[in-house]
Amino acid sequence: MSQKLSNAQIAWRAAQDITDGAYVNLGIGFPEMVAKFQPPGRQAIFHTENGVLNFGEAPADGEEDWDLINAGKKAITLKPGAAFFHHADSFAMVRGGHLDVAILGAYEVAENGDLANWSTGPKGVPAVGGAMDLVHGAKRVAVITDHMTKDGRPKLVKHCTLPLTGVGCVTRVYTSLAVIDIEDARFVLREKLPGLSLTDLQAVTGAELVVTGDIADLNCPEI
Amino acid sequence: MDKTVADLATAVADIESGIALMVGGFGGSGAPIELIHALIDRFKATGTPGNLTVINNNAGNGRVGIAAMIDAGMVARMICSFPRSADPRAFTEKYLAGEIELELVPQGTLAERIRAGGAGIPAFYTPTSYGTNLADGKPTAEFDGHVYVQERWLKADVALIKAELADPLGNLTYRKAARNFSPLMAAAATTTIVQASRIVELGGIDPEHVVTPGIFVDRIVEVADARQEEALMREGVAYA
Repeated sequence: MSQKLSNAQIAWRAAQDITDGAYVNLGIGFPEMVAKFQPPGRQAIFHTENGVLNFGEAPADGEEDWDLINAGKKAITLKPGAAFFHHADSFAMVRGGHLDVAILGAYEVAENGDLANWSTGPKGVPAVGGAMDLVHGAKRVAVITDHMTKDGRPKLVKHCTLPLTGVGCVTRVYTSLAVIDIEDARFVLREKLPGLSLTDLQAVTGAELVVTGDIADLNCPEI
Repeated sequence: MDKTVADLATAVADIESGIALMVGGFGGSGAPIELIHALIDRFKATGTPGNLTVINNNAGNGRVGIAAMIDAGMVARMICSFPRSADPRAFTEKYLAGEIELELVPQGTLAERIRAGGAGIPAFYTPTSYGTNLADGKPTAEFDGHVYVQERWLKADVALIKAELADPLGNLTYRKAARNFSPLMAAAATTTIVQASRIVELGGIDPEHVVTPGIFVDRIVEVADARQEEALMREGVAYA
């Protein structure tokens, strides 16, 4: 594959679908990057599992308050209108359907919406955190990911082979090559990089890409 | 009534071996470091309490707090969602050597199990973990067309909690995101022991601002200069 989006560009594309005032949870790591790319004039309200709504950017070095961290244990700041709450309330927001969107990373996504993103197998110390909760309840559960693994295997697959995080939970996938919705247990192609043929995209995708309408060009700015 | 005790050693003096111990905090935020270290001091002096089941979101970081309890050999079993951290060596070594048990619980399920424990709800159903290997062996049931996993309440003999303000009746406030699991644990433990950054007189906390009502609290001790786990780690402190 000659050309693909950078992680920042994938995050940018995902950010374009977040509406003003949406309640959003961004998974630890790569998904946190989405916050940087909110379109001008839109302000999402970010939720973190450990009990904060409406947090902002990281503080300057030396300005950290270690009582004020996010789920990744990184120091954060507050925006006006922030709120604190305990863990049971925090996960009521998650499972109770109160978040508009959760954006998560993935090892594998299956065409029926199954997600594997918490464990690469039985080696080492297992750790799940909030991953299995976050896939339930948000109105949209989106994944941002490279289209393929580092060793060139498809991450969009017929059936996940790694331990599942959730069953039939993902609604949209933003990859380095395409934007794909999961509808009726199928990958429905919405956007692909201009210049990338459907045949070439299908060749690096582990399950059938269904076309139900126009396929838009996936255009992102240089970042 | 006054639930205040004189010092940290007194606060933890009767914690027995083999109990279930909830420890508030999410990473270092809200971790009752001074209470934990008082418990380690007692273990070093007397060999008690050991063989503990510790319930916390994590499993320690660096060489202070819960990690130092693990290093000291006090912990037989962890119930947590995320036994990784910036420096997870203490837990990782013992786990890989088969010297510590792990019950891995999704974070929201952990919170709700503790909430249920404090609320007298022996079991509940959640969508979380359905279809995954963390639901293996658990009952499931269908409600309104969706399948849910049955989870049991989680209670403890003792909870160690860090609060910002306490009054003599044990009414508590918390500081920023340090609240996390603590209000749930305070209700779910038979004996809840609190270190507060400041103990104020009765009436010193506006009833509108009380987060944990004193009915859930048994003992309070003032620790005015409480340290942060993150700061201790950066200083290279090893407590065990």
